[in-house]
Amino acid sequence: MPDATIPTIPALTPSDRIDGAVHDSRRHESAHKHVSGEAVYVDDIPEPAGLLHVYLGLSARARARVVSMDLDKVRAAPGVVAVLTAADVPGENDIGAVGLHDEPMFATTLVQHVGQPLFAVAAETRAQARRAATLAELVYEDLPAILSIAAARDGERKLVVAPMTLRIGDAAAALERAPHRVSGRLAVGGQEHFYLESQIAMAVPGEDEEVLVHVSTQHPSEVQHIVAHVLDVPDGAVTVEVRRMGGGFGGKETQANLFAACAALVAKKTGRAAKLRPDRDDDFQITGKRHDFEIDYTVGFDGDGRIDGVDMLFAARAGYAADLSGPVTDRALFHADNGYHYADARLESLPLKTNTVSNTAFRGFGGPQGVIAAERIIDEIAFALGKDPLEIRKRNFYGTTDRNVTPYHQTVENNILPELVAGLEGSCGYWERRAAIRAHNAGSRILRKGLALTPVKFGISFTATQFNQAGALVHVYTDGSVQVNHGGTEMGQGLYTKVAQVVAEEFQVDIAHVRPTATNTGKVPNTSATAASSGSDLNGKAAQNAARAIKERLVAFAANHWSVAPGEVVFQRNRVRVGEREMSFASLIRAAYMARVQLSATGFYKTPKIHWDRVAGRGTPFYYFAYGAACSEVTVDTLTGEYVVDRVDILHDCGRSLNPVIDKGQIEGGFVQGMGWLTTEELWWDAAGRLRTHAPSTYKIPACGDRPKIFNVHLLENAPNREDTIFRSKAVGEPPFMLGVSVLHALSDAVASVAGHRFCPRLDAPATPERVLATIGALRERARQAAPNQAGF
Amino acid sequence: MRESLRFYLGDELREIRDVDPTMTVLDWLRLSERRVGTKEGCAEGDCGACTVVVGRLDGDGVRYEAVNACIRFLPTLDGCRLLTIEHLKAPDGGLHPVQQAMVDSHGSQCGFCTPGFVMSLFALYLNEDRPDAQRIDDVLAGNLCRCTGYAPIVAAGRAMYDLGDRAADRFNDRAATAAALKALADDAILSVGRDGRRFLAPATVPQLAELLLAHPDATIVAGSTDVGLWVTKFQRVLSTVIHTGRIRDLRRIEDRGDALAIGAGATYSEAAPAIAALYPDFGELIRRIGAEQVRNMGTIGGNVANGSPIGDTPPALIAAGASVQLRRGEETRVLPLEDFFIAYGKQDRRPGEFVERILLPKPAPGARFRAYKITKRFDQDISAVCGAFRLTLDADGTVADIRIAFGGMAGTPKRAAGAEAALLGQPWTEETVLAGMAALKADFTPLSDWRASAGYRSEVAANLLMRLHVETTDPDAATRLVGDRRLAHA
Repeated sequence: MPDATIPTIPALTPSDRIDGAVHDSRRHESAHKHVSGEAVYVDDIPEPAGLLHVYLGLSARARARVVSMDLDKVRAAPGVVAVLTAADVPGENDIGAVGLHDEPMFATTLVQHVGQPLFAVAAETRAQARRAATLAELVYEDLPAILSIAAARDGERKLVVAPMTLRIGDAAAALERAPHRVSGRLAVGGQEHFYLESQIAMAVPGEDEEVLVHVSTQHPSEVQHIVAHVLDVPDGAVTVEVRRMGGGFGGKETQANLFAACAALVAKKTGRAAKLRPDRDDDFQITGKRHDFEIDYTVGFDGDGRIDGVDMLFAARAGYAADLSGPVTDRALFHADNGYHYADARLESLPLKTNTVSNTAFRGFGGPQGVIAAERIIDEIAFALGKDPLEIRKRNFYGTTDRNVTPYHQTVENNILPELVAGLEGSCGYWERRAAIRAHNAGSRILRKGLALTPVKFGISFTATQFNQAGALVHVYTDGSVQVNHGGTEMGQGLYTKVAQVVAEEFQVDIAHVRPTATNTGKVPNTSATAASSGSDLNGKAAQNAARAIKERLVAFAANHWSVAPGEVVFQRNRVRVGEREMSFASLIRAAYMARVQLSATGFYKTPKIHWDRVAGRGTPFYYFAYGAACSEVTVDTLTGEYVVDRVDILHDCGRSLNPVIDKGQIEGGFVQGMGWLTTEELWWDAAGRLRTHAPSTYKIPACGDRPKIFNVHLLENAPNREDTIFRSKAVGEPPFMLGVSVLHALSDAVASVAGHRFCPRLDAPATPERVLATIGALRERARQAAPNQAGF
Repeated sequence: MRESLRFYLGDELREIRDVDPTMTVLDWLRLSERRVGTKEGCAEGDCGACTVVVGRLDGDGVRYEAVNACIRFLPTLDGCRLLTIEHLKAPDGGLHPVQQAMVDSHGSQCGFCTPGFVMSLFALYLNEDRPDAQRIDDVLAGNLCRCTGYAPIVAAGRAMYDLGDRAADRFNDRAATAAALKALADDAILSVGRDGRRFLAPATVPQLAELLLAHPDATIVAGSTDVGLWVTKFQRVLSTVIHTGRIRDLRRIEDRGDALAIGAGATYSEAAPAIAALYPDFGELIRRIGAEQVRNMGTIGGNVANGSPIGDTPPALIAAGASVQLRRGEETRVLPLEDFFIAYGKQDRRPGEFVERILLPKPAPGARFRAYKITKRFDQDISAVCGAFRLTLDADGTVADIRIAFGGMAGTPKRAAGAEAALLGQPWTEETVLAGMAALKADFTPLSDWRASAGYRSEVAANLLMRLHVETTDPDAATRLVGDRRLAHA
């Protein structure tokens, strides 16, 4: 339905339209460099003469007192120039992101997880540094270690940060009076980011206190701050630059701090440039991952499947330090409703301290763990009542005028989930396929099919309100070429492309004239992490504001110079009309320069409307919600638990997309990554607390052949954001990740068929073939107990 | 003895005398040559970011293969042509059709894996015209992408054929390349090294036999798909490496009438067609060993000699009744393959002895062969369990012959003696199979690790016998999720 408050796109003839306008499906700005190997990542930057290579010495124990650390052999190893420990840190020996001082750069008297850094060694070559790092002689005195959520819950239940509780209504009373009630526990595993480019930093020492750090990070300002803090120099002495990352996914939001700080420390101590790149196995050991959770739930509901009350406890493995575990577990609670209305709910987090690596941000940031809990209770209700889960989902969607208040007391405005799901339900042929699958399974002894359609509603904004700000810097040069710089970082998601489109649109110049430059703390200061899906929302607006500031000056100049009304200065494709006169954009710029008009501007943006009170559990933490839904069909081999994803249909809401093909890439890639989290990606620690799935040989992300065989992905059309976001688009980085939940539920559906869909399979994640087979076995056993006379294989 | 390594980097002849015997191609490119388009993602041959294309003489022609630069030792390029991502753009700066297809299909996001994908597709483009969907998936199975979800990359693998003329591609001047490489080929032993460490690459089998007598402690390297990791992951320093890759006779696959004689140096890629022609399911198993890059380097002989309990070819070979021929100096001996594996990490191979060939008998009429590989992920994954079966039924439906071998169930690849005994001479019925499954569980005491628990391994191993039964008794039952599903009914 048209909305008068939302501007429509003016119709332009093709020749009028600039190349690379907003809403165009424009290729990634670096695509031609990606395919030719010319895109420069940190390890590809020409190395300054005399560069040293740094490697880390790591703890071999999960929790132990360090009785002694003899580094003589490390120092004596070939090529070694420097060996640094906590004693060499001039500032504070701490790299924690949230100011709790619980994350030492180098452990001293106590190690708290296998892989925790104890020292750094710098040598002439990386091979020398890496070999030398193995030569330390450590004497440990082992201490009791907590290695799992279960052990943490059974023990003292130490938390890394204060938990949060969301309350609405009276959950206990609602559960008490509900006609039906089910309780259970869902276990969901963590996830390694597996960015293809592992962590890396290169520091180049400068004059006085200065240092320049090239680093693969999503959060240059935080790296700047941590480096300054470790070196005991002002933030202003540290410059951090990031042209691009070879993937981030949240794994480079705080996790780059250590590597940057170590490289900078070596650089300042030795006066030589220093680079630190861990081997993939060490990257796995040192850096945090998605939190695994155990979620205890009780749901009360009526005979129609309408939810009356919900109580959930979200126990998470935080690892040995806080890092981002507070906001991650908070976000699990924020998304424990997914798209469903809970009139009475109590949701509590439990960020447990464990002697494993400190877990961190990962695409969705706790949201996926909340969503998966909501979908589990939907499944429980469906099985309890013998109904199709999709019916139960639809019955519980938020309303538009009532039943629209979340457990955190934000009113859900503009809920489009019912229409979106109805659209997908029809276009994917849900009910016809449901019937076909039932018929297939009745005639197939070994291979069973499953189908599930799951929605996602995802809140957009940092829940820490202060992070919802951004800056940009736009320069126009006298030849008419434009540079744009902003605080966001490029990790493949196409942010630079989208922001360049925004600037091209504002000036009405072809995108070839707009050059995005490397993110640099010296250009735009005090930036937020490129995270929370917010990159283009925040930086697009900031860049637009900067471009508009210049444009306003140009309009004022032209109106005055050629004596026309400001309204008669019109920017057209690569040209400007000033009254009757028409000139190239470059000509106007030259004229403006001659008249001493400032052709550079900063831009700033802060998200309106949002606020959040964590203690009260009340507020409006999200500016808006993004929606989507996916329907997945799978086939499971009931002899082995193996499976394939046969078909996936997705309908996703990007508002009025800034770049549909880039958004489609985020949706497809996010989906497959989400599917990987719930299927083959398994983190496996041994009894000594060592992560044994520490490389792609043992940790299995989806490969090419695992993608859905049929993959229909569509953006929701004619759905501009009701909020005044950048050109009415919506954020897209994280929401599609949760569409992968449909695969877990399709697997569960296939598994349920072995017991006639009588019992909720309670399939935990990751649903490896082993877990699928075990769940099949458990269901068959349950069916046998329920009907002992029914034999069968 | 030739003391310099010679190969082409693109069109440029390189001659190197002083080289670390185990320097990887990737390190050489990135550190020595500053050709940084080729990326390191894992340093273990698993992610494919380092994929390069190597051209080598194959008979009178040139064979171009995608390989993992991260675990391949530089001196193994002797006599080859190395092509990297930097070679692909045309001299006028235009993108190669493979590159253009990747741009047009939006096949890159972060771009870090992209050069590897481009090189895998480039090898495909050079070698095959418009392959089917399964083949594109197979070619890309060894390239991991964390951003795109793969669909646009697969689309590029189709679109690239519309953007160029393969026959006229400047890298497809095979005759000229073959002539250049022939000029490098000789029968001298290559010997290069540094600091007293040597890389020796004989050109003939007798040279290999002699070198091994002289250096019985040398590390024998064929494809380095395992030994490469000793270097990149365990930082082991190998003092003498003897490489088999130059020995043409060791790659030969001969039809000996009743058996196939597979030279120990034949790669998976080279051996697969002949093996698949005899045992389609063995071919399907090889399709899932490592990925294209690994199969282009790794050898059947290496997989056997290595003795890993989770190697995939030994169970299939044992079930098929294969034997192994060992050679020491002039002496050779042949033993049944199952007798070669003594205990975990211990094979019946004496100092100075090497695996010369594998003798794979042709299937007897009526024998049915199945191989099942069970992994967390179908492609590029190491088996949790790998089971292979050879079954022959009498006219009356009783089990006349059964051989069952498993990997991942014991310290060595091992036959299921109890299960075989329980089945032999019995009617091939579900009841017999259930008894066989129980016996099979008693045959093995597997371990629990990150790939699978002991319980899963036992249960799945037994269930594979059930799968065999269903596939051999119920031609309509669907039993296969991946690969050539017709094989279930072969």
